[in-house]
Parts: sequence; structure tokens; C-alpha cells
Amino acid sequence: MIETKTKPQPEKLEAVVIRFVGDSGDGMQLTGTQFSDTSAMFGNDIATFPNYPAEIRAPQGSLYGVSGFQVHIGSVEVSTPGDSVDLLVAMNPAALKTNLYALKPGHTLIVDIDSFTKKNLDKAEYTTNPLEDGSLDNYRVIEVDMTSLTKVALKDVVGLDNKSISRSKNMFSLGMVYWMYDRSKEYTIDFFNKKFKSQLSLIEANTKVLNAGYYYAETLELIPNSYTISPAKMPAGTYRIIMGNTATAWGFLAAAEKSGLELFLGSYPITPATDILHELVKHKHFGVKAFQAEDEIAGITSAIGAAFAGDLAITTTSGPGLALKGEAIGLAIMTELPLVIVDVQRGGPSTGLPTKTEQSDLMQAMYGRNGESPLIVIAASTPSNCFNFAYEAARLALEHMTPVILLTDGYIANGSAPWKIKTVAEMPEIKSNRITKVKENWHPYDRDSNTLARNWAIPGTEGLEHRIGGLEKDAVTGNISYEPANHEKMTEIRAEKIERVKFNIPDLETEFYDQGDLLVIGWGGTYGSIHSAVKHFNEDSNNKVGYAHFNYINPMPKNTEAILSKFKKILVCELNSGQFASLLKIKHSKFEFLQFNRIQGLPFANEDLIQKFKSLV
Amino acid sequence: METTAEKKYTAKDFTSDQEVRWCPGCDDYVILRTMQKVLPEMGVAREDIVFVSGIGCSSRFPYYLDTYGIHSIHGRAPGIASGVKLANPKLSVWIATGDGDAMAIGGNHFIHVLRRNIDLNILLFNNEIYGLTKGQFSPTSLIGQKTKSSPYGNTQPPFSPGELALGAQARFFARVGGGSPKEMAQIFMDAHQFKGTSLIEILQNCVIFNDGCFNHITDKEVKDDKQIYLEHGKPMIFGKNRDKGLVLNGLKLETVTIGENGITQEDLLVHNAKEQDPTLHYMLVRLATPFATGVIRSFEDVTLEEREDALTAQVKANSSFRKTDDLFFSGETYEVK
Repeated sequence: MIETKTKPQPEKLEAVVIRFVGDSGDGMQLTGTQFSDTSAMFGNDIATFPNYPAEIRAPQGSLYGVSGFQVHIGSVEVSTPGDSVDLLVAMNPAALKTNLYALKPGHTLIVDIDSFTKKNLDKAEYTTNPLEDGSLDNYRVIEVDMTSLTKVALKDVVGLDNKSISRSKNMFSLGMVYWMYDRSKEYTIDFFNKKFKSQLSLIEANTKVLNAGYYYAETLELIPNSYTISPAKMPAGTYRIIMGNTATAWGFLAAAEKSGLELFLGSYPITPATDILHELVKHKHFGVKAFQAEDEIAGITSAIGAAFAGDLAITTTSGPGLALKGEAIGLAIMTELPLVIVDVQRGGPSTGLPTKTEQSDLMQAMYGRNGESPLIVIAASTPSNCFNFAYEAARLALEHMTPVILLTDGYIANGSAPWKIKTVAEMPEIKSNRITKVKENWHPYDRDSNTLARNWAIPGTEGLEHRIGGLEKDAVTGNISYEPANHEKMTEIRAEKIERVKFNIPDLETEFYDQGDLLVIGWGGTYGSIHSAVKHFNEDSNNKVGYAHFNYINPMPKNTEAILSKFKKILVCELNSGQFASLLKIKHSKFEFLQFNRIQGLPFANEDLIQKFKSLV
Repeated sequence: METTAEKKYTAKDFTSDQEVRWCPGCDDYVILRTMQKVLPEMGVAREDIVFVSGIGCSSRFPYYLDTYGIHSIHGRAPGIASGVKLANPKLSVWIATGDGDAMAIGGNHFIHVLRRNIDLNILLFNNEIYGLTKGQFSPTSLIGQKTKSSPYGNTQPPFSPGELALGAQARFFARVGGGSPKEMAQIFMDAHQFKGTSLIEILQNCVIFNDGCFNHITDKEVKDDKQIYLEHGKPMIFGKNRDKGLVLNGLKLETVTIGENGITQEDLLVHNAKEQDPTLHYMLVRLATPFATGVIRSFEDVTLEEREDALTAQVKANSSFRKTDDLFFSGETYEVK
């Protein structure tokens, strides 16, 4: 039983955004992942974004128990998971209610009508059935009795309970969407074979339902055409799909191998950063020491201990955890030990919005400690470049003997994208400040004259025994000193050491135009949304809008001022009330910085950004 | 790190060039001198020793020893020491901490480090007061104790470090008076030789803010009658005349006198520090008179680093990954031409 309300026009598409939504138990994350992985194998560029509730098992059918997965696939470069949706697959009324806003008018909605019962409509707070009251007239609605068809498809499979049967219906929807977008089922069938190796009935069941959905879509002429999206033009090479948090973990693995150090992670579980811990604990084969501590503080202090003892030391967290680590970060600054702190930002303050994204920890990263305590702050901007910036954070920590805060966020950490695989050989060299031989008149705070990094003598090295700690150090001997002039001098050295990092990082680049009417500035995880908005805007406009994206926050690239001075107006876009804009105002006070801010726990919407650009040129 | 045995050190080799800044008469001097005396006898190279401390009077300890050391932040020495040891298990790692540092601000780390059983040694300087902040009650101060933050008497019941430690699964717990360098030296050596986390509670007199708080146990005149110094495998005997001992009466320890009511030395309990079941150790820790000192518990167990090493070896043996490139190119990859 299927019905279309408006006749769709056949299209050859460059890109399409699909969102699968259902109850948290409906398997929407799996459905979405399978579709995006299959599309990537086919050669499309992809960007994905999962959106799930904070509750692990929210009541079935409830509005707050809706879980979704959005995927953007393209034959052109795709830089965001997309904001408005071309195809919405809704497995129940609650999912429809909470996601319909995103569907473009006239576009396709697939619903499982079996779930539109009185009980489920009540739970979704519908007073009338949206399938019957005309409220969906602006969309092309494909009504499928998916639950019943799944049961029919599985009637001959032996050894299945009702729960397994009803859980398979997500594969029916996936089968339909595969046919609609001309995808092969093979990758997913392979996946079943691996995942359910020991449960043959589940392999059979899932494959049958996937096929049933696929042939259902093919056979019924009511779906008149399938869209094709050709492979995207991407640089040649070997690729894989990678999630931001995995890429972060792998960046550290690469940095440990390149620097010849053992990797130590001290961490405490916190959403949305825990997947980095999950990933690194797997890699004992590389000798990774991943220590799940009793709290955030022990997470970082164990890492400081490991850094003192000569490991590449990491701690991972999100905003509330960064707050708890503040005092220990101060100790790492004072003892000048190499340490990477990863903050996967989420909505705050306090517990805030644990599963939503935000860029509101920037000031905490910059200043959230007692005393004058400068450190390096860098930010990754896409799921796949989390790899590069994790590596870069480790490189800078080791080369400059300082803690480095790496900011990512819930959006890029959980999002996935194709990653052109890097080999360790092609990564930049890492020169640590390790000292292994006794020098005459040696002191622990002896510094490299260029970088001001102190030398790193680790326990086990004969003749270099020394004590360090949180008390102020004499600039020469490293002994405790309360001497007024010395404290001022050390404060200046610590600041200058970080300032000089700008000679060891790349220059800021502009995209689209290097001078013109408007310079759009972004930082961190908003790269995809801002980039695509500036691109679209420039396609339809005679104005010259350039784009500069910051990955290096403290210090900023040394050519920052030169770039700022080439545009008539500057607009800083960020997912907070203007923290980076404030930093720019402090560091580059002669420019005026306009702001565009969103604090809704969501990425920027393309259209909102474009409207803002229009209002300024 | 293999040079250890050949080197002959003296206490001077472990003395740093820093001027010691504790108050005159402080037991901390005794602890420091004892440590400087014992370290050369441990057979560990100086460069393989790390002292870690938090904040407080006791936490100045690392500055005065010419080994590697970190004077860290309040309460966090166990985290730092755990990281040092896990990064390089060959090191001999010591924590110097106090009652406030370990059991107030650092309470969480204190119980978890004991639970995990990493091969570390913890010197707990218990003076039942905050010294460095000048005289507030600590988590071991007594009810009614008048301090700067309890002018009318402390209302918070104290922890007993030993009870807390055994509850947190400490495998090694010893207690010693701050004025007993000979016993202290033996206990430091025992702790060093013990594989696992060793906790030594030192009854450390603070001459300025809590002077004499342990006199009823540690004074020369009463010490023999008020303390029982426990040694593994030896009967639980004490007293100036070595005529008193401990027996078990139902679920309680009881003091008896040899020669009275037909009691002979054979009737006394024999101390078994290596027993896995901590019940009797717990009773000894709780005993007010005689106050138990010496190594109360010394149960050898698998350490965290041994478990980790075994797992790592097993995972390495079963894995085809040698370099990170093997991982990066494994599983689902695809070619773009």
C-alpha cells in the first residue's frame, strides 16, 4: 500500500540530504551509517551527523526519545551534513513531529504507517493524524506499512522472536532508499555476515528485509524514478570513512610513533569525548597505556606524571571536565611539561546540553585557570582533520614544552567524513626537547634560545635528577623562588614562549577572495557550514566575500593582521555569544569585528549565514 | 637502570642542596633523615627514584632529596605518581602526603590508588591538623579538638587512616611513631620490598599547632605499655616486661597477662600480616590500647601494572598490527582514482 500525493520531477542531483529518524530503539544510527558508508564506497563525498537523545532508553514513542542520523552525499565536495533535508524517513509519529521542519517543501517523506496508531499519535501529542488531516499536503508522502511487510518477509525464517522481527524494519527503509538512490546492497549484506557471524538467523532476516525493501521500491511503479548521484571528484588515493573522535585518537597514535614515545592517556568518561578513550584502549598492540581514572582530575594528573616520566601524555574531556582540570593545567604550565588536553565541546554552562554542539569553551581554554597561565590553543575543523590537529597538538606540546588544548566539538567529533589516509611517513617531523646526557652546570629550566622551551630530563637519566613543582621557579636554577623580579620575569618568559609558537605554525589562508567587501571569519568545527554558505553566496553575488578559518587560536597566525586589513568589513561567525570575536578585539583592536552568533546546540544553518552576508554587503 | 647494584651510596648522595624549612623540633626531620639513611640501602639507582607530593608541610619532602621529584598540587600526588609508575614501571615511586592532603582534598585519589594496587609507596604524615595553613582541624582531628577553625571544639568525627585504607583494599598498611627512627627505617625497607601499594601512617607530631597529640602512645615512658609493635610470624606480645599479649575473645581482641589465669605465650595470637582476609588486621587497626604499630598488613597481590603488562603482551601476540599504518589501512577502505 503506497501512495504519492504530488508527482515528483525526475532529477539528476549533485547532492542530496537524507535524514533517518525513529525511536531510539529503531536502529536509525545503524541505518544512517550503512547508507553513508555505502555511498562513500561508491565514491561520493559524504558528511554525516547523528542526533540522539541524552537518555539511553527514553520511553518508546516519546518526543524526546527520537533518534536521528543525517547524511549528505554528493558528486561534488560536501562540507556539511546539510541543514534542510531532501528525503525524510520517519519511523513513527514522534519522529515525524520533531523532524518535519527540516524537510524541504515538495520533497519526499517516507513513513511507516503501521506505527501511526492512536497510542503513538497521543505520545507524539498529535490531536489528529497528520497522514489524514492534510498537514502534509506540501510534501510527497510515501506511506508504507513497513512493520507488516517486514513480518511477511520474515514469516519463513526460523528462530526469530518478535523483538528481532520488529527490529529489522529499519532495514526495510534502508532497502527502499538504496533503490531510490541507486546504491548497491552488497556492502550492507557483507556487514550482516560479519556482525552476525554466529547468529545465522539474523543474517538471513536482515538480508531478507533489506531485499524486501529494495524490491518493494523497485517493483511498485508508484515510485517513478530513481535518482543517481555520480561519484565526486576527490583527490586520488586510499580513503576510509572516519569519525572525528576516532581521527583524534589516531592522530595521537601517529604522533607517538613518529616521536618514538609511548602514548599515555589519562581520562574519565564524559559525553561527547568518551569515544576517544574507547578508541585508544583498543590499541594495546601499539603499547598504548590508556588509564581510566577515578575522576577528571586524576585523568590529567596521571597524564602529567606520565609526561614527567617521558611519555607522550594526553587527557581527554568535555567542558565540565576542563573546568575540573584547570588547577592541574596550571601545574603543567608551571612545570613546563608537554601535555595535550582535548576538549570536545558541548553545550554549557554546567551540565548544559551534553549531546549537542557549541563553541563556548574558548574563553575557558584561553583563561580558565588561576594566575597568568598562557598555553597553546588549537581547534580542529572537520571530522577528518581531527587527525591532523591531534597530531599537531602533540607536535607543538613536545616541541615547545607546554600544555596544548585541542578544541573539537560534539558536531565534528560524532560526524564522519571520508579521510584520505595519511601514512606516518608523510607526517611532519617532531623534535622533542629530551636531554639524555649530563651537561656541565645543567639546570632543569635551561631553555632553547629560539623557542624558549625548557629541556626535558626524564627519570632514569643519571645525573639529571631534579625537582619541579607548582611553586614559582628561579629563572636560572629552577629552584623555588619568591623573589619579586624573578616572578615577573618568569611570567614574561611563559607568555613569550607561547607567543613564539607562531613561528612554528602555518600562516592563515583566505578562500574565495583575498581582499574585498567582506571577510567572513570562523574557527573550529564550523568550517563546513561557513564554507558552504560563503561558496553559495559568492555564486549568486557580485560582491567579494572572502573566508578565513582559524585552527590556531593561541597564538594566532603571524599574518592575521595582514589579512584582516584587506577587507572592508569583518564578520566573525561562531556558536557562542562572541568569544573569538572578543579575542580578536583584544589582539587586533584597530579593526571592527561584526558578529554572527547562534547558541542553539546546533550547527549553523546555511540560509541564516547567507542572509547575514546579504545584510552586510 | 641496570647499574643499581654496583653503586654505593651514602645518605649524603640523597641530600639535595635545598635548605630544609620545617619548624625546629618537627618530626618531619626524623622522617627525612630516616629516608636518607634507608635509600642507599635499597639497591636502587638514584636516578630511578621519584618522590611525588601534594601540598602541605609534608609535601616539601621531595625538595630535600636528591632524586627525581614533583611537588604538585593539593591532594593529587596519587594521580601523578600513578602516571609516573605506569609510564615507567622500573621506577621506585614514593608519595609524601599528609592527613589533609590525602584524606580531605585528595580523598578520592587516596582510596582509588589503594584499590588499584600499583607498586607505589605512600608516606602518610598524620599530625591530625593542618600545619601549612596554620592550624585548622583535619579529617583526623578528634571530636572536641580546639583549632583555629573549631574554636569551640571540632564537631566532625575523624577518619582512622588504617580503617579507610583497609576498606579501600590496601594490601600493605604499616604504622609507626614519628619519633621511632629505627622501626621507621625497617618499615620503609619493608614497604620498598613489598610489590604493590604500601601505605605507611606516621604519627607525626606538629610542635606548633598540635603538640603532644600522640604523647599518650609515643612517649618513652608509656610506649612499651601502650603500643604493640607487630612483626609477621611473631606472637602479639607487648609491655615493658614483655608479659602482655593479645588473644581473640569472641569477635574482640583482648589483652591478657602471661602468667595470669593460666595464660602462656602459646595462647597469644601470632601475627600473620600476609593473610588475605583483612578481618584481624582491621581489628588490630581499630584497637585503641595497645595501639598497633609495625606492618599490620602485607598481603602480596597482583599489581595493576602486572595485569596491564600481561594484557598488553596478549593483545600484541594476537594482533597483526605492528605500525599505525597497518591500522589506518585495515578494514573498509576504498580507492579514489
